[in-house]
Amino acid sequence: MTMPRSTIQTTQLNKTPTGIRGLDEITYGGLPQGRCTLLAGGPGCGKTVLALQILVNGAKQGEPGVFVAFEEDASRIVINAATFGWDLPDLQNKDLFFLDGKPRPEDIWAGDFELTGLLAILKAKADQIKAKRIVFDSIDVLLSLLDNPKAERRELFRLNDWLVTNGMTGIVTCKNNDSGMSGLDYKDFMQYMVDCVINLTHEMDDRVAHRSLRVVKYRGSGFYSGEVTLLLGEQGAEIIAFPESTHDQIASNKRISSGVPRLDSMLGGGYYRGSAVLLSGAPGTSKSSLCGMFILAACERGEACLYVSFDESVSEIVRNLKSININLAPHVDSGLLHIESIRSSLAGTEEQVGNLRKLIELYEPECFVIDPLSAIVHSEGDSRRRMPEKILTLTKASGITLLCTSLLGNGGDSLNEETGIQISAVADTWIHISYSILGGERNRALSIIKSRGSEHSNQVRELVIDKLGITLADVYQADGEVLMGTARWQKEQDEIAAERLLLANVQHRRRVIELAQDEVNARVKILQVDLAVKQKELDLLMVTEDARRGHLETNRDELWNKRSGDDNDTIALAVPKDA
Amino acid sequence: MHKVVTLPKPAHSLTMATHQFRLYIAGESVNSKLALSNLKSFCDTYYPNNYHIEQIDVLLSPDIAWAQGVTATPMLLRLTPAPAIKMMGNLSDTAQLINSLADTHG
Repeated sequence: MTMPRSTIQTTQLNKTPTGIRGLDEITYGGLPQGRCTLLAGGPGCGKTVLALQILVNGAKQGEPGVFVAFEEDASRIVINAATFGWDLPDLQNKDLFFLDGKPRPEDIWAGDFELTGLLAILKAKADQIKAKRIVFDSIDVLLSLLDNPKAERRELFRLNDWLVTNGMTGIVTCKNNDSGMSGLDYKDFMQYMVDCVINLTHEMDDRVAHRSLRVVKYRGSGFYSGEVTLLLGEQGAEIIAFPESTHDQIASNKRISSGVPRLDSMLGGGYYRGSAVLLSGAPGTSKSSLCGMFILAACERGEACLYVSFDESVSEIVRNLKSININLAPHVDSGLLHIESIRSSLAGTEEQVGNLRKLIELYEPECFVIDPLSAIVHSEGDSRRRMPEKILTLTKASGITLLCTSLLGNGGDSLNEETGIQISAVADTWIHISYSILGGERNRALSIIKSRGSEHSNQVRELVIDKLGITLADVYQADGEVLMGTARWQKEQDEIAAERLLLANVQHRRRVIELAQDEVNARVKILQVDLAVKQKELDLLMVTEDARRGHLETNRDELWNKRSGDDNDTIALAVPKDA
Repeated sequence: MHKVVTLPKPAHSLTMATHQFRLYIAGESVNSKLALSNLKSFCDTYYPNNYHIEQIDVLLSPDIAWAQGVTATPMLLRLTPAPAIKMMGNLSDTAQLINSLADTHG
């Protein structure tokens, strides 16, 4: 396994995956293979756990490793790591070896020493077990005993050269020199020497321990230079890194129901699939109930759903929603819906976001509810504030429709963003529910503040909850006041009465006019009969006259013949032809 | 296959020496040579003809050194008399050397 140096230098940079997902993501594939990586940080940063886990992950993947412990007893490290479930006993002395190098109080240090012997021992061991990875945990503990910066630097160079020459992927941990102690600043010196440097920090953030790390340097490779969160959880070290937001996801034109038909029509057909919806409002404005309606509708469409609550236990959620006719129990039983209750106070923001990501990956929901999202934002720190955005980025990348709630004060119409969450800018649809107090009643007013990419109603609706579920009702304005609750009901009743009166009036007038029409029609009939009678009279008259005329002519001819006097012309002059 | 060098030739048999040492060295390094000569001159001064030094080169016997937990070389072990003493370095710090072994050197 020994390689000539010249070969190493001309070989393309290969990477050794650490097996820790977030770390492999931010280093774009792992640590530099056959080279040295420095993990630097103060006490309690997780250097030892992180280094050991990289070794353990390697050992499980057929890359045996050696752990040289200078700060802690190797036996204690093994005991401490037992809680992580890494199966150390199975690996130990097979693919994973510990060398206890912790200086003892009774040891005497007399003059210059060197690592030559140690490295020879390690080389022999590494060759024997075919080790690929090696950790020097807190090399500064040993070397600072030299009490001679020149000698200390010499040994660090020796160590680095040894790693490079032997082609082993080395991890060296050391403390920050922030205690103001004189002597060699290991971190400062090694930063220049090694190929990869990772800084770890540990700080308290609103009484929650917060560990983070950052890649400072990586020779020959790009890396993500931002700070990411390091968690020491049940599985050991976990690093929560998020892919950079990509804005080229294909936006869906499909709509899905909010679970409330009138809300769907206000939104122009429902929520867009894959969009992020923010539901804000004061406590008790039934945000959770709207979440329940959304989830129920999704379950009834047969879609996998995930409901994360930071407020209530699973049984409380199911019971409370059932009281307003939202029965989620069958869907929980069938496995379509998973409800997860997380205590918000116990973990930092990044850790919560990491938990949410794990849940998303585990349950692969199509519809996802976080109630409330504001619970996971503890501090006013800028980086924490931006964490919820990362969830939204995550759900959008997976095409998940996200409905999240946020507590917002009820200060009139002032929708200020002093809530610590800046998601309103990222959310596609923002629905706000506020209280309206009038006439001794507190009612809920729902309005859509924004809805990207769709026409939406500008109307305020009253949100009415009863044991049949949630409905939206129109609100009324009277004397400049919005009427809700019983005032709305009263107004509705008044309007119904007025409408009835109006209707009765119209019907009455219609009858009157219809009667008048009938009368006229009757008169028309009488006149028509009269007309017919007159026609008959006229016809009779004309017939009688014709008869009279015919009779007269007959008589005149007879008279002429009897007199035999004048000719026809004379008679014609004497008698006018037309009578 | 570790290399045992006994210096100087014992006047008594090996087991008779009251001061027995084991010195882990790394080949021919400067510190290894220094440690050996420093120890030798100390022993010649304080335990003339009554000491034994077993020298183990970890480059040649890494397995023994691994089992012994050698991290820094040179490393000196005093086997007898009790108590056992472990001392790291080239032993140039004469004052430290005398102090550490003083209570028993007579």
